[in-house]
Amino acid sequence: MSGTGNIVARLPFPTAARNELADAQLRANLRRATHTIRDKRQRVVAEVSDWEALRVAGAAIKDDVLARLPELLEQFEAAATAAGATVHWARDSAEACAVVTELVRATGSTEVVKVKSMATQEIGLNEALARAGIAAVETDLAELIVQLADDTPSHILVPAIHYNRGQIRDIFARRMPGVDLAALTDEPAALAEAARRHLRAKFLSAKVAISGANFAVAETGTLAVVESEGNGRMCLTLPETLISVVGIEKIVPTFRDLEVFLQLLPRSSTGERMNPYTSLWTGVTPGDGPRTVHIVLVDNGRTDTLADSVGRQALRCIRCSACLNVCPVYERVGGHAYGSVYPGPIGAILSPQLTGAGANRTLPYASTLCGACFDACPVRINIPEVLVHLRQSGVDAERRRPSAERTAMRAMSWVMRDRRRYAAALRAARRGSAPLRLAAGRRGVVRRLPWPLSAWTASRDAPLPPQRTFREWWAARERDNTP
Amino acid sequence: MRIALFVTCVNDLMFPRTGQAVVRILERLGHRVEFPEAQSCCGQMHANSGYRAEALPLLRGFVDTFAPYDAVVAPSGSCVAMVRESYPRLAAGDAELSAAVAALAPRTYELSELLVDVLGVTDVGAHFPHRVTYHPTCHGLRMLRLGDRPQRLLRTVRGLELVELPGGEECCGFGGTFAMKNADVSAAMLADKCAAIRGTGAGYVAAADNSCLAHIGGGLSRGGGGVSALHYAEILAGLVDGGKTDGAA
Repeated sequence: MSGTGNIVARLPFPTAARNELADAQLRANLRRATHTIRDKRQRVVAEVSDWEALRVAGAAIKDDVLARLPELLEQFEAAATAAGATVHWARDSAEACAVVTELVRATGSTEVVKVKSMATQEIGLNEALARAGIAAVETDLAELIVQLADDTPSHILVPAIHYNRGQIRDIFARRMPGVDLAALTDEPAALAEAARRHLRAKFLSAKVAISGANFAVAETGTLAVVESEGNGRMCLTLPETLISVVGIEKIVPTFRDLEVFLQLLPRSSTGERMNPYTSLWTGVTPGDGPRTVHIVLVDNGRTDTLADSVGRQALRCIRCSACLNVCPVYERVGGHAYGSVYPGPIGAILSPQLTGAGANRTLPYASTLCGACFDACPVRINIPEVLVHLRQSGVDAERRRPSAERTAMRAMSWVMRDRRRYAAALRAARRGSAPLRLAAGRRGVVRRLPWPLSAWTASRDAPLPPQRTFREWWAARERDNTP
Repeated sequence: MRIALFVTCVNDLMFPRTGQAVVRILERLGHRVEFPEAQSCCGQMHANSGYRAEALPLLRGFVDTFAPYDAVVAPSGSCVAMVRESYPRLAAGDAELSAAVAALAPRTYELSELLVDVLGVTDVGAHFPHRVTYHPTCHGLRMLRLGDRPQRLLRTVRGLELVELPGGEECCGFGGTFAMKNADVSAAMLADKCAAIRGTGAGYVAAADNSCLAHIGGGLSRGGGGVSALHYAEILAGLVDGGKTDGAA
């Protein structure tokens, strides 16, 4: 069953990217932010002597999980249920949203507090709750900014990365109820204080909290949330009811496996040695924390992804966003261009797989295959390999339809596989460009070419073939050297 | 040792001087270079664009052409990366082809690997009195792990002042068909790369891939300012024409 929700791009990537590139402020904000996190990550990764071994271990644990996912999910369900939690299953975003909405309705609450969660963004939970008359309040600072601005997240870890602090101050001034305008400057401390005052009232009054989970331990039925601001801890401990929406790939087999991921994740995501808050809970603990605990396990295209032997490595992802921060494409266009809550390199392989063939088909081409993402990935997802694989799947699926590109690719392959045809084609290309060479004059470059080559010359001059190909030079030299 | 030159299709047609440079460098070091004329293209553009069926005949052609040689050298990081990193994946499912690829791939070298690792040379006796910056292209850097081999070769060139390129490890925005399919993003990346290159005050930017260099050189030429892009092999071979002046002493 294909995934649905906020993971389906509306515009082809090149079109969406062009719109984003026009925003100079956005590019400046992105450049500064991605470079800052990138440098921090580099420093804290370099100080771990067994980083490569940790990456290999992280990949191996996740591959083991993917190889026996049904069994581990059932083990998790049994352990969590035994500990007092109620486990629900959802095939796609609509089912997941319906389950959560019904659970909140049953409590009678019309407002819930939320811990930052990619799964709930993916399924469009806030929108679904709003339709049912339930207000969902984001309590992560960056998610709160995005929510107040009526915007969508543009980064997995830093959803408001596209704003600078001056812009954030303006959003708070206009949209935050009861904000103290006199105290509100664009200083980070002043902005944090305003958010703290706004959120504290929500934490203390909320009866229901909704979270995701970074990890779900099959052995014990434990969920884990890793965060920096303490808002998560508030949501996970104060309200009476806790509902956690968890992708089925979040499983780790044993409690001990967390040792690997709790080293990999903070260094890769925020560039910290250790994150400030790690919350772990196993069902219900009498007298401590929520009295009712629900866990909604969501598929939403993951089973389909799992069926692809090359593409399934995308399910190892622990949502650290290191690949976004090192990606030269993401750095220029930002997250909105990808049209999915999962942007950047991981989004380019995850969104098209979750949603099945057809949708998001321009995303696997949104990369130069430069490989920076693979180097940065803490669970060694070979993103360039999957990008090429998805391009191939796309081409194979369209075999029967006529396409100018395929005709050109076929023709080139036919010419290049035969020595005489190839040599003749090289000669023809050299001779054919002779008029251009005359026009180019002394500079030796072409400034404007007709469509489709105009895509090249719009921003760069084009070189011209010289008077003689290499093989012509070689043949002449061989003749001269032969006595 | 029988050394075969795989000149690559782009160089054969567009940048023959780079192929000539490889021949001259190796002959100057006392090696005989052969050029098997049956060679054409490694199939990288086909494979990376998703046309595996169209890439496979080119892979077979490459393996048949170069199997008899002890070493294959190419002045292109991305074509060598194609052979070493992507051929095994493309050939999977055909046991005979996989075995042939497994035998040939480790003997296929980017020029700096052949010089530094196999032949043990870092000084090829070149002279180039200019300020040069080096852009490590992505596939050479992250797939072949060339490290600083090309820079080590350039540092021994008499008169050459090698200056560090800030953000050098960042992609220039070429990416094969990416340059056409996502031309706007490609141009944005290129603009930043060109600014970094100009900021070094170098008269030349060198790299190990003429396809990336055509993109960078096209951007530099469009923007004006007189910085030239060229393959580092041409510097090592002394095949750069026009003795232009630059900021170097």
